[in-house]
Amino acid sequence: MGASNERLAKSTLLVHEQLRGGQMWSRVVRRGQVLTLIDVEGGATPAALFYNARQPLERYNMADTLKAQHTAMLTRGHVLYSDMGRVLMSIVDDGAGWHDTFTGHMDRATSVRKFGEGSYQTLRNDFHRDTRSNFLIELGKHGLGKRDIVPNVNFFTKVAVDADGNLTFVAASAPERHVSLRAEMDVLVVLSNTPHPLDPSPRYAPKPLALTLHEGRPAADDDVCRTSCEQNARGFQLTEDYLLSL
Amino acid sequence: MEQRLVESTRLPSEASYREVIESGCGYSKLVRRGELLRIVDLEGNQAVDTLFYSASDPSERYSATATIVAQNKLYLSTGSRLVSSEGNVLLTIVADTCGRHDTLGGACAAESNQVRYALDKRHMHSCRDSFLLELALHHPHMTKRDLTSNINFFMNVPVTSDGTLRFADGISGKGRYVELRAETDVLVLISNCPQLNNPCNAYDPTPVEVLIFPARADVHEET
Repeated sequence: MGASNERLAKSTLLVHEQLRGGQMWSRVVRRGQVLTLIDVEGGATPAALFYNARQPLERYNMADTLKAQHTAMLTRGHVLYSDMGRVLMSIVDDGAGWHDTFTGHMDRATSVRKFGEGSYQTLRNDFHRDTRSNFLIELGKHGLGKRDIVPNVNFFTKVAVDADGNLTFVAASAPERHVSLRAEMDVLVVLSNTPHPLDPSPRYAPKPLALTLHEGRPAADDDVCRTSCEQNARGFQLTEDYLLSL
Repeated sequence: MEQRLVESTRLPSEASYREVIESGCGYSKLVRRGELLRIVDLEGNQAVDTLFYSASDPSERYSATATIVAQNKLYLSTGSRLVSSEGNVLLTIVADTCGRHDTLGGACAAESNQVRYALDKRHMHSCRDSFLLELALHHPHMTKRDLTSNINFFMNVPVTSDGTLRFADGISGKGRYVELRAETDVLVLISNCPQLNNPCNAYDPTPVEVLIFPARADVHEET
């Protein structure tokens, strides 16, 4: 457990939940609060989308996140940018070291091709869930839909790229690995704890995910996410300017 | 770097439509199923930010992630199938004399320019602005909700094995082109990128040309 995780353990725990394999989740995480995802058994690959809770037209933007920080993957010190040049979430702690940004998610048709039908009629609540359906359901609860689905983050997943751009899925998870994200404004977080599209396993067997939400404080002046690059210093400044208007 | 350059089977004189898009301009056009859409980098090293939508239901649109996963490869070239958010193939790249096109770099915006370069860059023209104006003028039922991760034709954004993203010098040149066959009726939305802060346009945005070739009933173009 890293130093920042020990500090977290001492701060106020607001939520502690377990998500089964296949389950979806959404919640508004308030500015300063820290959401920690824990890969309980190893092998969980939660997909995530992020929106400004006050104005969901502002949402996580993969390209702007990658361009600003000159990275194709995410780890501690990186932030998740919105399409309005502002910081939605900061990655303040990370035991995995690599989270995927560009391989998206499976839909119902790809899930059926890969894992078979897995219907509710035969499996009841162990039926096969796919990420896109889960996103549509959870987004629907907030008045959002298809047009609001953008390239998502896949936590605990590494996808390596060779010189020609060919992709290789690399298991980046292990039991009890975690990633902690601090909200830099009030953020609607949508999670789907479903299989990754490049996971080579032919069997539908998504693993459980634990999550905690702790009370916390917004990024300090010497915060690792603010100081990791000059672009992020400007991103935090633009975020704080925006919050003055609320 | 693997590069397979494939030339088109069509002569420019066979085009049913030609239009030059000046640098910094937005553009949109309906391309019918079977028609070929060619985009020509007239002067070289231009970035052409491009989005595609199903003409019958624009909530179905080009998906960068579904396209990347379907071909298990990050970059686009001849043979790449552009997959929609609903898992359908919208277009197929049938010719490419550049060799590699970017899927990750997205479109520039006033706000992201402020983050990337300096807070005083907000006044500069951007692809986001061109997209928004084109939609507002010609497709008012579409909004910023419909702007998702776009293709940057002719742009070279390599990812290294340690996960670093680089904006490298262009590999395109004067007269190079990419040609796509529409597999369904599609709306193409283009911003001919006005970025002046990085080498994606060699610091000198230039015009591109769009050509459309009629469908050939008797020939099924190879991919």
